Amino acid sequence: MQPGIDLALRTEALESLLLERGLADTKTIETFIGIYETQVGPMNGAKVVAKAWTDPEYKARLLAEGTAAIAELGFKGPQGEHMVVLENTPAVHHVVVCTLCSCYPWPVLGLPPSWYKDSAYRSRVVREPRAVLAEWGTVLGDDVEVKVVDSSSEVRYFVLPERPAGTESLSEEELAALVTRDNMVGVTKVSTGVAAP
Amino acid sequence: MDGVHDMGGRPEHFGPLKPLDPAEKPFGEPWEGRAFAVTLLANRAATASNLHAFRHALERVPEKEYLADYYGRWLGSAEILLVESGLLAPGAVEARARKLRGEAVEDPADPEPNKPTMESGGGGNLRSVEAAPAFAVGDRVTTSSDAASGHTRLPGYVRAKVGTVTALRPAQVLPDTAAHFIGENPQHVYSVTYDAHDLWRADSEPFSLTIDLYENYLERAQ
Repeated sequence: MQPGIDLALRTEALESLLLERGLADTKTIETFIGIYETQVGPMNGAKVVAKAWTDPEYKARLLAEGTAAIAELGFKGPQGEHMVVLENTPAVHHVVVCTLCSCYPWPVLGLPPSWYKDSAYRSRVVREPRAVLAEWGTVLGDDVEVKVVDSSSEVRYFVLPERPAGTESLSEEELAALVTRDNMVGVTKVSTGVAAP
Repeated sequence: MDGVHDMGGRPEHFGPLKPLDPAEKPFGEPWEGRAFAVTLLANRAATASNLHAFRHALERVPEKEYLADYYGRWLGSAEILLVESGLLAPGAVEARARKLRGEAVEDPADPEPNKPTMESGGGGNLRSVEAAPAFAVGDRVTTSSDAASGHTRLPGYVRAKVGTVTALRPAQVLPDTAAHFIGENPQHVYSVTYDAHDLWRADSEPFSLTIDLYENYLERAQ
């Protein structure tokens, strides 16, 4: 590519070539963008987590048959053919990566964020996960078992984080508002926004 | 194949992590959303949405371009797929970009379409396999130390290491053949768990690493 052709211009060029050959149409392009801008994102996964925290039977189904339990809430589609849910507890901490590309559970988390797609995360988290988590402020004790999962097949992994203390009185909706994508990949714990005493 | 995409444990990629930003939007710039959608449509046109061919194209994007930008990498893969299937001439995107910025450039003539095809057992990647699984939970397994010349989902850092089967996953299309349109060749898939000290050095942080491996990657460890 010649210097001066930036990625936006390159996109425009590719789009115009596909449009004039009938291989793409503006409506489909806008539909694809709209789905991931408004309908599919970490707010979906947060609903799954909040339901699991408040409904023990749902939680049991989620851990046993992740795909079906997630579909109960209406979440399914590309990059979610077979979902496996990993439960984080005070004793076991899971963290998910895709070292070969950036596989990510789209139906529950949407498209992956920059840090997940970045070389530093993809290379380091399978070599020194405790150091990676600590760099983001997640310091795990020596007594916590760390389990790293590399998404190399079409199975997609989703972390069910620990419910934070002091949230007993919150509704399912209020609980969902606490949960971030970072919690559901396993790089941070859920925070209540209140400093620990 | 070996290449820049196979990043697990490779010190040349180590560096500071990008900051976490729970408010990060799916597309930082409007062109990124368009690149996302246009690449999916390019792959639909070129390969009937063969996900493995798409990943293999990403792996063949030149290293500098691969590392420079995520959706830039997608654009590179879209061009590879469209040129290989004979839907666009090499250089067609560059010529169009120059034209769009006002240069007097001719579009190259379209080549003859040469779209690869492959018999498919259905949508998605999950399949049933009649043969019984060769391995069971608890089996010690290893892989060849050889690098595949084409697409594979066996990363370099677990090659020839010894791990334990910890779960059976649904059988799936084999990426190594599907990416090249040779066939779906469905395989049993296993979660294999490695102790960090068996993957890395004895003084490594203590942790376990679990990865899903296709049956034909695996052999019984001695």
